[in-house]
Amino acid sequence: MLRDALLVGAKDLRVEVRSRVALNQVAPFAVLVLVLFAFALDPDRGLLASAAPGLYWIAVTFSALLAIQRSFAVEAADGARDGLRLSGLDPAGIFLGKAAAIAGQLLVLEVLLGVGVVVLYGTELRGGTVLALTCLAATAGLAAAGTLAGVLAAGLRVRETLLPLLLVPVAAPVVLAATKAWEAALDGQSDQGWPWLRLLGAFAAVYVAFGVVAFGPLLEEA
Amino acid sequence: MKTRILGLLAAVSLVATLVVGWRLPPTEEQAGYARLIAVHPALAWTAYIAFGVMALGSLLYLLPATRSRKWDRLAGASGEVGVVFTALMLVTGSIWGRPTWGTWWVWDARLTLSALMLALLFGYVALRKVDMDVDRRAIISAVTGVAAVLVVPINHFAVTWWRTLHQGRSAATLAPSSNLDGSYLRAMFLGMVAMMLVYAWLLIHRIRLERLEEENRGADLAVALAERRAEAHDGAVSGAPDGGAVVGS
Repeated sequence: MLRDALLVGAKDLRVEVRSRVALNQVAPFAVLVLVLFAFALDPDRGLLASAAPGLYWIAVTFSALLAIQRSFAVEAADGARDGLRLSGLDPAGIFLGKAAAIAGQLLVLEVLLGVGVVVLYGTELRGGTVLALTCLAATAGLAAAGTLAGVLAAGLRVRETLLPLLLVPVAAPVVLAATKAWEAALDGQSDQGWPWLRLLGAFAAVYVAFGVVAFGPLLEEA
Repeated sequence: MKTRILGLLAAVSLVATLVVGWRLPPTEEQAGYARLIAVHPALAWTAYIAFGVMALGSLLYLLPATRSRKWDRLAGASGEVGVVFTALMLVTGSIWGRPTWGTWWVWDARLTLSALMLALLFGYVALRKVDMDVDRRAIISAVTGVAAVLVVPINHFAVTWWRTLHQGRSAATLAPSSNLDGSYLRAMFLGMVAMMLVYAWLLIHRIRLERLEEENRGADLAVALAERRAEAHDGAVSGAPDGGAVVGS
């Protein structure tokens, strides 16, 4: 299963390295979202700095939607999906691989957005451990739930519009918990971030486990 | 026939709830708005049950041992009816919140949870509305249904830690010392019975409709084809130029 996951994940990342869609399209969009927030919230009144954690995680969520969309658009062309089904790879491995590739891209994006928040909003990064662990746990959860939602919507004619409706309500606690953990860390009260971190970990565990179990029947019949 | 009795019971209990609720005495703090206790808790109760039945049906379909089309139909019907009850719960709650809390909406844990539940149901129903093969729809909506319920406990902790304002559950104040007057309690429970009957009635009819839709999937095309063929055949027999030309060539 892990070997299959490695294969699929490496395949997706190789596609990304060669096509550079995430780098050339998703990343600029993510930064643009940060700029738009500055238009909405007056930068001079300190609103941006205080809202930075929430804005950061909303930008991450929006970008995640694009990355997931992309991850399954790759499988839609040239019957790649059927190839994947015929390949004999473990469905759980396919799920883990695709989720890991999405998570990898998101982590790079999060570093970029982190720089963006520091530069554009004047946020001082503090509580590095909690910040980093929050990123890891939230990304794992987003990628797992997103990969599930992605394969659910994949192949449907309305996939572009359906994916956000399926994913955002499920990912809502991730945005909330990650924002709260970041707020605590940036306020210099990292200890208050831990309950939220545990919640993020629980979310990630639940959706990774469910994805591993549910991906087989989904790939088989959908 | 049996559902007709159920429908009749639902209608009667609904009217009874209306009458009893309307005749509740106004309270000091909330005036006439206190009468909403006959509808709002009942709607909330039924909405949660509908969500639970949707999740249960999805799970039963997903498990290979119990996989059966009937669980898919049950989950789909309950999800759709659940949207109605959840939306009504939020609307009546809003109407109640305006005079008592002073705003239409507060970011309280229970309200946020219910709003997220409505969003999850919207996603589920939207997915079911997409035109696709019945078996495929069954499996992907089952996964969606289970994925939707898995997030509920996590959501619960998230929004509870985030903020809590809502008064305790209405039924939790059932102790005799409760300040909830007996007539209000009776109205509340009558409302619950009525809403559950309405839910059951809607659910059964929605399942029935779903079964008919599945049976007749593609049937209209077959009928239209048969009609066209019959037309062409008639044309050939009577020697009409269009039909005859086709058959003759």
